[in-house]
Order: sequence, then C-alpha cells, then structure tokens
Amino acid sequence: MLPLREKDKPIIRKLLSAGCCARCILRFCCVSVQAAYRQPQEQTLEELQAFIVDEENGKCQDCAATESTGTNDKSHDAALSETSEDPPSKRAKLEPSVSATKSEEDSAALVKQKDEESRLCVVCLGILQELCGTIQVIKIAEAVKAEKYEFDSLVLSLSLPAQLCVREHSCWLHVKEEVRAKGLVLDKDDVIQVKEAFKWIMQGQVAKELGGVAVVTKSAFEVGVEFTHPETDTDCHFLATTCPDCFKPTKNKQSVFTRMAVVKALEKISDARFLKHYPCPPTQPTSSCTPQDIQCLHVSVFIAGRYNKFCRSLPQTPWVIDGERRMESSVEELIAAPILSTFRADGFNFSSSGREDVDVRTLGNGRPFAMELLNPHRCRFSTAEIKQLQETINKSSDKIRVRDLQIVTREAMSRMKEGEEEKTKSYTALIWTQKPVQREDITFIDDIKDLTLDQKTPLRVLHRRALAVRQRVIHSMNTRYVDPHHFYLGLKTQAGTYIKEFVHGDFGRTKPNLCQLLKTDTDILELDVESVDVDWPPAIPE
Amino acid sequence: MDCGEEKEHAPSVIDRYYTRWYRADMKGKPCEDHCILQHSNRLCVVTLAETHPVLQKGRTVKCINYQISTGCSRLNNKVSGKSKRGGQFLTDFAPLCRITCSDETEYTIYSCIRGRLLEVNEAILERPSLLLEKPSTEGYIAVILPKFDESKSITENLLSREDFEIIVSKRGIAQSQPS
Ligand SMILES: [Zn+2]
Repeated sequence: MLPLREKDKPIIRKLLSAGCCARCILRFCCVSVQAAYRQPQEQTLEELQAFIVDEENGKCQDCAATESTGTNDKSHDAALSETSEDPPSKRAKLEPSVSATKSEEDSAALVKQKDEESRLCVVCLGILQELCGTIQVIKIAEAVKAEKYEFDSLVLSLSLPAQLCVREHSCWLHVKEEVRAKGLVLDKDDVIQVKEAFKWIMQGQVAKELGGVAVVTKSAFEVGVEFTHPETDTDCHFLATTCPDCFKPTKNKQSVFTRMAVVKALEKISDARFLKHYPCPPTQPTSSCTPQDIQCLHVSVFIAGRYNKFCRSLPQTPWVIDGERRMESSVEELIAAPILSTFRADGFNFSSSGREDVDVRTLGNGRPFAMELLNPHRCRFSTAEIKQLQETINKSSDKIRVRDLQIVTREAMSRMKEGEEEKTKSYTALIWTQKPVQREDITFIDDIKDLTLDQKTPLRVLHRRALAVRQRVIHSMNTRYVDPHHFYLGLKTQAGTYIKEFVHGDFGRTKPNLCQLLKTDTDILELDVESVDVDWPPAIPE
Repeated sequence: MDCGEEKEHAPSVIDRYYTRWYRADMKGKPCEDHCILQHSNRLCVVTLAETHPVLQKGRTVKCINYQISTGCSRLNNKVSGKSKRGGQFLTDFAPLCRITCSDETEYTIYSCIRGRLLEVNEAILERPSLLLEKPSTEGYIAVILPKFDESKSITENLLSREDFEIIVSKRGIAQSQPS
C-alpha cells in the first residue's frame, strides 16, 4: 500500500501526464518509505493510476477514501481492478454500477497504461526504471566479484549526469505549487533524490547477490555506479549564459558542467528565467542512460614498521634526475613490492620518521615508517600472516630489513610525525682529519655536552628548502680512534641536526663545526644512523 | 654489507658534490679569475680562483664591500620561503662585492652566472683573512640559485677545469718567456 494522501493526487496526475515514471512520482510526493520504491515499478504505476482514478470515478469513493484506511483499501482495490486484467466477475461483484458502463473506457485506459509503463521517464532518464532492475543488480554484482575483493559490507555510490539536476528542477517547477500545498514545510529539499531512491532499491539486492554482506552507509568498500546520457548533455548549456560565474574552466575537468556547478547555477537562477530557457516539464528523451563500468574502491589500509638499510648505494625513494633513474632500487620499493602483492593494492604512499641519504646506513632498531595502501583488495590479516609478510620482505633482499610490521590506523600514523622534532637520533660517523691526530687530541670531544649549533640550511638542500638558521643540539659525542687520520665519532643529537654539515662545516655555514673544534679540515667518509628514538609503532616481540 | 664502498682515497666535499667552472680574465682584466662551484642540485657558490690577484704576491685583504653602488647593497638581499622570494636577480656581469687589498689595489667580484642571489658571505666581513686561508670554502663570496631551466645553460660560457688549467699554464709560459 503506497503511503499517499489526498493532496498527492494533483501531483500524481500532473506528473503522469508529464511523462514521469512511477518512482519519480513517489519522489515528488516526498514518499520516504523505502519499501514503496522497492516494489515492482509496474505495480506502483498501477496503484498510482488506481489512486487517482478513484476520484475521477465519483464523489462517493472520494468520500470513502477520506473516512478510514479500511475503506480506502477497498476503494483502492476497486480502482486497481478497473485498470487490470482481473476477471469481470470479480470486478462486477465489487463495483457493479461502474464496471458495466466503463468497459470501453477500460480498454482505452489499458492501452494508456501500457504506454506509460514502457515510456522512458523524463526526469530520471531510465535510472529508476529498467536501470534498477534485476539485470542491473546482477551486472553490478558480477563486476564486483570479478575484482575479487575481500569485504563484509558495502555501500553504493552513484554518479549521475549533471543534466538530471536540470530536469529535476524543471519538474519541480511543474509541481511546486501542488507540493507546497501539501504542507507548509515541504520544499524542493523534501523531494527524495534519485540517488537515494536508487540506493534504496539496489543496495540490498546487490548485497544479497554478493552473499548477503551488510549495507553500511560508512562502509570501507564502495561500489561506484555511473550513468551518462550523451543525448541530453546539452540540457545544461543554457546555464552557462545565465550564470557564467558558475562555469569557470578548470585544468583537470573535462567539462565545465560538473554536477556541483550545475546545482549552484540552479540555486541562483530565477524561476522565470529558467522557464524562458528550458521546457517545463522536460521533453521526452529517446534513449535511457548508459551505465558505465563499475568502479570499486576500498578505503586505504595503513601498515607501519621499522626498517634497516644496510647498503650505501640505496636511496630511500626512487632517485630520478632529469627523468632518468639513478639507482636501480630504493628502500620504499623493496618494502612495498611484497606488501602490495599481499594486499593486492593499486598503489601506496610511503612516509617515514626522517630519512637518510643514499650513502647512509640505518642500523639498530631501524627507522619508523608507514605506508598508505591505496584501494587494497584484501585487508584482513592475522598477526601470523603479517609476520609471514615481514619474513617475505626480509628474504627478498639483504639490503634492507623490516621489523615491527603491523596494520595501524590513519590517526596513529600522525604520531610518527609528531615525535619527529623533539626526538633524538644517534649516529656513528667515520671522520677523516687533514692533520694527523693522536688519541689524546680527540678525547676532549667525549666531554662536550649539549653543544648548540647554528645551522644554515645546508647548501645540498637549499634549492628546495627555505633559507634559515636553525639551532640544533648535539647532546653528547664519543670518539673511537682508528689511525692518525681517522676516527669514529658517535653522536646523539636532536632530530633535524645535519651531521655531514657539522663535520665538514658546509662552507662555514654550520657553526661550530668539527673543523673548528679540531682546528683542521675534517670530512665525513661514512655515516650510520644507529637509532631513531621515536616510540611508534609499538615494538612487536620476535 | 657495503655495496662496494671505497675507503682508501677520499675526495673532498667539493670533489664529491660540486663541479668547478671558471671565468678567466674577468672583463678583460688579466688573471682576475673566478671559480663557480656548481652543486649537483644546480645551486652555485661564487669563489675566487686560486690564481686571482687577491691571492697572489702575499697580498692581504683590507676590506670587503658588498655595497656595489650607492643604491644597492648585496647585504640587503633577503630571500623567503622555498621559492626564495625577494632575492636579487643577477646577470653574468653583476658585481657582487669589491675587495680592497692592503696595497690599495681594488678588485670587483662578479656573479659570472645568471640567477637569484640567495646569500652573501658575511663571515668574510668579520674575518677577511678567510678569503686568503680558505678561498674555495669558508672564504666564498656568494650563493646563487640559477633558474631551473637554465641550470645547464648558465655554465656554457664558463671554462671547465681542464680548459682553465690550460689557460693558466700558457700564462706561465708567457710570463717566463722574455718579451
Ligand atoms: Zn523516473
């Protein structure tokens, strides 16, 4: 039983003759009972026709309709039988006075109804008609199955041609008075959107077809359905002359007539102006919308861990100069490859707590990193499976090693960046001195505590960073003598201290520097990161 | 695992990351040679070549002046942000500073390349001796950032180290030959 009221009748009548489909009529009657949209559209159409025929047939039924739901039902049944192919005997029993005289009109109504059933809707262009039928449900479900996603809930997202808004607006203007007459508070916003109706009809069916997964509004898994309708693309064009401000060309958009822009322009245009440029109600299309390929999207999954880098000729990220690749691999690629294939993700974004130069090793517990995995097809893994994945990464290369690998939340990832500035880092550097030094010449370095450096942005990064003098603290240092020209220098520093520049001085731009301390030119031959003291992600016991 | 690291011979910071370019006899003035150190990131450091008269004949530096005209001082150069907004834009023959030696000889140091001035070396104002002691590192004159699309072409008018050394060696012969 459709939840319609007396005041819906003028709306229904107007929209039926305008060429609206049964479900679009429900939308404009502001029917928000989902079940009403789910029933077969033919049945809805019959019920609508019956509902208005009631009144046309005579005052007595109209009176009955307003008395109670019981009689309303009965009279409705009667109206229904009149336009259907029920045996005449039944009809005669229910409505003897009408049926006898109306047989001629009956067949005319029947033809009219067939016509209305097959007619393409002027508002939804078929989307709420055959495009949300069982065939379409199966097509969507098959497309999703083919992608082999792992998911336990879904949500449909719908992309509609922008001109649907224009047609909707035209139709709204057509019945605006009647809708407002229904109640003081009803307005255009109360008309149920095509999108909503489509989802009400389709979501449950698609979910059922996919093995009964849940339909959740904020599901991590989105099934994107898109329709286009080239035939009516020009519907929007008049808006560009009435509201040029709304349609400014942008670089990455194919057309200026985006849904957003069209909606904005429709909000601005006066009714009179709209009616001057666009037919009301909209004209009859010859073809229905074209469904585009189904686009599935799973929200990103985040994975974090710590990595060691044991190689002095391995960049952290792909190193490309003038479009040419410099090194054959990178830390992020070595880590990402097994993860991408395990999660079957489309891509990734890599981030880490600082980074080391291509020639620097990262030892100790390693450097925290996190990866956003884009559109993962699989994302539920047991602890054992993640451990296995970590093993796979570690077996794939001896240049890197990963530990503490774990799935994390997007929010937790920010903790890695938060800690960066305050945290300390430990390094070991192999130092060369121009003048020969004795063991005792360097021991004073061990006693230096909390040495504050003024570091100008190093020349090696100045091309891409702002010029500034930054104060950084070396908390402590220790030395290990090798020979008169070499010693190992251990440093514990505030994060963000440039170690290489502290050693060679960077044209005197880092002060004090090791050259000044030792009163000879010094250079750095090797550098290892010994520890990055960020306590995220949490350690996982081996 | 060191991926074939070599430890015996250690090239200097300049050897490792910079290319040396030269301009000999700047503006036709004999031996006023400039050396431009270009980092692999395209940034350039302007220095005196070791053959520059300031570094010859036991001269010492009396003063360095970045005020290149009444209206323009390179010391007023300020850059802000990653894009280095506000930096003075220099052409090849833009003067950077004037160096006066204790024997009252005066030399003008030029940009030699087109680009945005990022900084001048204020340390040499306090310690002019840095110019003599470390002409190619702490005694640098200025840092210039060429435009991205000119990072290759700006050195086309400059001499490579080999070409410069040939010129210098010919000078030696010319000087030793009696005229
Ligand atoms: Zn419709």
